Amino acid sequence: MSKARSAPIRAAFIHLALIAYTLVALFPVFLTLVNSFKSRSAIFSQPMALPTPSTFSLIGYQTVLNQGNFVGYFQNSLIVTVVSIALVLLFGAMAAFALSEYRFRGNTLMGLYLALGIMIPIRLGTVAILQGMVAAGLVNTLTSLILVYTAQGLPLAIFILSEFMRTVSDDLKSAGRIDGLSEYAIFFRLVLPLVRPAMATVAVFTMIPIWNDLWFPLILAPGEATKTVTLGAQMFIGQFVTNWNAVLSALSLAILPVMVLYVIFSRQLIRGITSGAVK
Amino acid sequence: MSDTEMADIETVPVKRPIRWHIAVFLAPAFLVYTAVMILPLIETLRLSLFNMVEGQLAFVGLNNFRTLFSDPRLSADFWNALGNNVVFFIIHMAVQNPVGIAIAAMLSLPGLRFAAFYRSAIFVPTLLSFVIVGFIWKLILSPIWGIAPSLMDLVGLKWAFAPWLGKAETALIAVSLISVWQYVGIPMMLIYAALLNIPDEVLEAAECDGITGWSQFWKIKLPLILPSIGIVSVLTFVGNFNAFDLIYTVQGALAGPNGSTDILGTLLYRTFFGFQNQMGDRSMGATIAAVMFLIILAGVALYLFVIQRRMRRYQF
Repeated sequence: MSKARSAPIRAAFIHLALIAYTLVALFPVFLTLVNSFKSRSAIFSQPMALPTPSTFSLIGYQTVLNQGNFVGYFQNSLIVTVVSIALVLLFGAMAAFALSEYRFRGNTLMGLYLALGIMIPIRLGTVAILQGMVAAGLVNTLTSLILVYTAQGLPLAIFILSEFMRTVSDDLKSAGRIDGLSEYAIFFRLVLPLVRPAMATVAVFTMIPIWNDLWFPLILAPGEATKTVTLGAQMFIGQFVTNWNAVLSALSLAILPVMVLYVIFSRQLIRGITSGAVK
Repeated sequence: MSDTEMADIETVPVKRPIRWHIAVFLAPAFLVYTAVMILPLIETLRLSLFNMVEGQLAFVGLNNFRTLFSDPRLSADFWNALGNNVVFFIIHMAVQNPVGIAIAAMLSLPGLRFAAFYRSAIFVPTLLSFVIVGFIWKLILSPIWGIAPSLMDLVGLKWAFAPWLGKAETALIAVSLISVWQYVGIPMMLIYAALLNIPDEVLEAAECDGITGWSQFWKIKLPLILPSIGIVSVLTFVGNFNAFDLIYTVQGALAGPNGSTDILGTLLYRTFFGFQNQMGDRSMGATIAAVMFLIILAGVALYLFVIQRRMRRYQF
């Protein structure tokens, strides 16, 4: 009897706590988005209010689009992110296949060597990376960023993908071999399609740190032509720090792509985390 | 390079055809990873033992480290940054991880409605870039806009408001809490996954013995998720001692006010690139990176060889 009565009260407290934290998590984002659509005076006089017809204004977005080269920045971020993810997935899956499929001497050692980068951040090698990129003439190119992000993403990708590849049935691969498929065909035509869900998880994990990174764009590619969105927004806001409309609009524009991708991929991402892909 | 290595490995044990495809599968990942990550890391460690002597790069042994630890100009900055970094880490461990565990514990209760919504919403800040997070909070905490004071006024706490980011005593705590706000999603998700993996039979058995609610969490669930808490802790450690972006965005490269939010990442950036009237110094930059490497390595090794081995794992 007492249990039946206390359960709803307990549930109510739990919902209260979770709603409170959800507000804490979402409020700053909400505040930015809402105020980016308001006129300057309304931003200050009623910061919490939704834009009304009298306070609605797109002046911030106009400033951003006229002054900053945001379209170019978006393009750079998109190229860097997409190419890096493609390379991480392709190279990572190939290495994961070699490690999980074949027994050869040095297998464990190779696995450990490739796993080092999960814990040791690539950032610590920046001094020599910059030196190497200067020597190779790659400073201020998107190629330098792509190389760094590919190397950064590979360790975790190989680790996750080889776990998944161990679960692919041996019978299937043996059948393929009997039918005369080459090892390459077995990998590309039999195994890759089967680990597609794991590839999607890896893609999401790889994407977030690449899209959001500020350190390497700042150091390797700070030129106007190669700025990514994160660096571009940082610089733009630095210049326009007193123009609140422009700052809020730039922030909203930078939030937008991440949110769109999250809405599309959130189930994939959460399933990836909760299925124990990262352990 | 890897091709020949792999081939050697193959031919030694038995005389059988060299399995070139293994080398082909491994080569691209191995080459990119070695060339862009491992070799620069080694080169950076090597550079930390060299410095300019009479205009020539010369081997100086551990002199750079001696300079970093005890030279009157540099060492003050270094110890300040290291101390701040430790505080930064302690605040994450004391706030971010307990809050993350608490949320995960609530979310994993059976039959909770809207759990998926809460989970997705609370994870949103983790996806945002530091630039966005840093500037949003700078605006919210700014006395000019007045969001924070007017919100605190609602609960009668207006008197407690201060420009936290601008005061040397509170800036580090404020920045750390912003970072906590952003990263609560990570412990939440990993602990949530661990809690979901606890078999129902264990919890049912506990309920039969009358262990429910709070005591069930402390006595049954918490011991079972300790390995995940260990992983979360080591991820927090690595992330914190390698942090840079948020401080750079909120407080600039000088990590003001008066160096009170300077951590190893910002110190590395300023030392390596130079800032304002300070010249960039490659060797000292490499030295700081080497110190960060050793700190992170020590933390990871402590986890792998001491904590993880002592931790009891339960197999279901």
